[in-house]
Amino acid sequence: MVKGQRKPIDEITGALEKYSNVLNIGCGGCVSVCLAGGQKEVNLLNAELESIYKQNNISKKIEGFTVERQCNMQYLDELDDIAGGYDCLMSMACGAGVQYLAEKFPGKPVFPAINTVAIGIDREIGIYEEKCRACGECVLGYTGGICPVTRCAKGLFNGPCGGTNKGKCEISNDISCAWQDIYERLKGQNRLDDILKIKEPMEWKNQTQRTIIQEPYMKRYT
Amino acid sequence: MVRMASWAASIILVQEGLEPNFQMVCRDRNRLAMQSDIMGAYAHGIKNVLCLSGDHQQFGDHPQAKGVFDIDSMQLISVIKNMRDEGKFQGGAVIHEPPKMFIGAASNPFAEPLEWRAHRLAKKIEAGVDFVQTQCIYNMDIFREFVKQANDMGLLEKVYLLAGVTPMKSVGMAKYMQAKVPGMDVPDDLIKRLRGAGKGKVADEGIKIACEQIEEFKEMKGVAGVHLMAIEWEHKVPEIAERAKVLPRPKVE
Ligand code: SF4
Repeated sequence: MVKGQRKPIDEITGALEKYSNVLNIGCGGCVSVCLAGGQKEVNLLNAELESIYKQNNISKKIEGFTVERQCNMQYLDELDDIAGGYDCLMSMACGAGVQYLAEKFPGKPVFPAINTVAIGIDREIGIYEEKCRACGECVLGYTGGICPVTRCAKGLFNGPCGGTNKGKCEISNDISCAWQDIYERLKGQNRLDDILKIKEPMEWKNQTQRTIIQEPYMKRYT
Repeated sequence: MVRMASWAASIILVQEGLEPNFQMVCRDRNRLAMQSDIMGAYAHGIKNVLCLSGDHQQFGDHPQAKGVFDIDSMQLISVIKNMRDEGKFQGGAVIHEPPKMFIGAASNPFAEPLEWRAHRLAKKIEAGVDFVQTQCIYNMDIFREFVKQANDMGLLEKVYLLAGVTPMKSVGMAKYMQAKVPGMDVPDDLIKRLRGAGKGKVADEGIKIACEQIEEFKEMKGVAGVHLMAIEWEHKVPEIAERAKVLPRPKVE
């Protein structure tokens, strides 16, 4: 799922400086799962902001509302009767949610409260690890289920590079070398043949905005 | 670290009557820029190109730069081979004056998994490499083993292998290389030998070791030559070459 992390508080207060009536909108989807922008985080951020404004004698109204998902118009419609009463909106959703919200209310300034970081997994509660860069040409089938685009610092398709260091990546002893891991896993499965072949240059599919139409819906939409 | 573009430095060398080895890293250019530079370099009389992944941008003084890595070094080799032999750009367009490049790559016999290194060399050969330069060699045992495996696989008949030699200037340099440079294998024995040389004589011992290595490489089956990298010691190259008895250089037509 999408993983995000809240922006530094100074950046948030900076963005809201000119507005006196702010609605902070949470998202019950991915960012809620990764504890970045769900209802709980909306409440926490609002409390933090209120205390800052109180300390500094600034009068500002901050309220919160969390929708099921900000990446679907059906859920954003819930804001129809609410948003009008605020002079700016803040979104705690991922970048997709923020943009959809801004598209829905084109007359209103919309500010992101989190940085969208990755498509990743939950290592532990509160620890998330990036796993996918959405390149649009999944190669995991021949790399033993380890993504060279995300995990190799150089995104190599024919690794490992000469800098691999006893199982670690050349950039840091804390990062394991993706290609060493690919090698070990494929060796364990007796599938080293998969990486003996040269992988041709990638046909990058993520260089322009993509729209996906699922096959069964092709007729309906094209 | 920003340095003068390799093609530009290579042009200066061509003008000086030398034959440069133009280097290209996948970190800095996408496939369009690379092919364009190769055409330009060839037009200026540059005939050799070394295809490298490149050290990660995190090293050096621009750690936040965006790494390009559109294609990797393996793919770069095949792109250049295709330009040269098929007269086609990667996108398929015809090249009327194909660049007749002599294609090189790097090989690191010391990077784990060791048993994979010869296979990776095999891949580079299949991709179309004409010569390979190895990482600086300090662990001769591992290097001999690598050459043996590559010979057994019949690889070294298909490629010119240049053994990488970098003389140690000091014990500090050896220790730095051992601890800090990724993919470098500096055995403790070597550091001991350098230390044993005594004050004021370490650098000379370093050159002596390098010369002994070169002597061994001259005899080693499958090793076509030496890649002498006197790091920040370039002015010593003539002396080292002299002492290693590789002067005068043969004329290549
Ligand atoms: S050391 Fe491994 S993970 Fe790091 S850049 Fe090289 S191949 Fe990729």
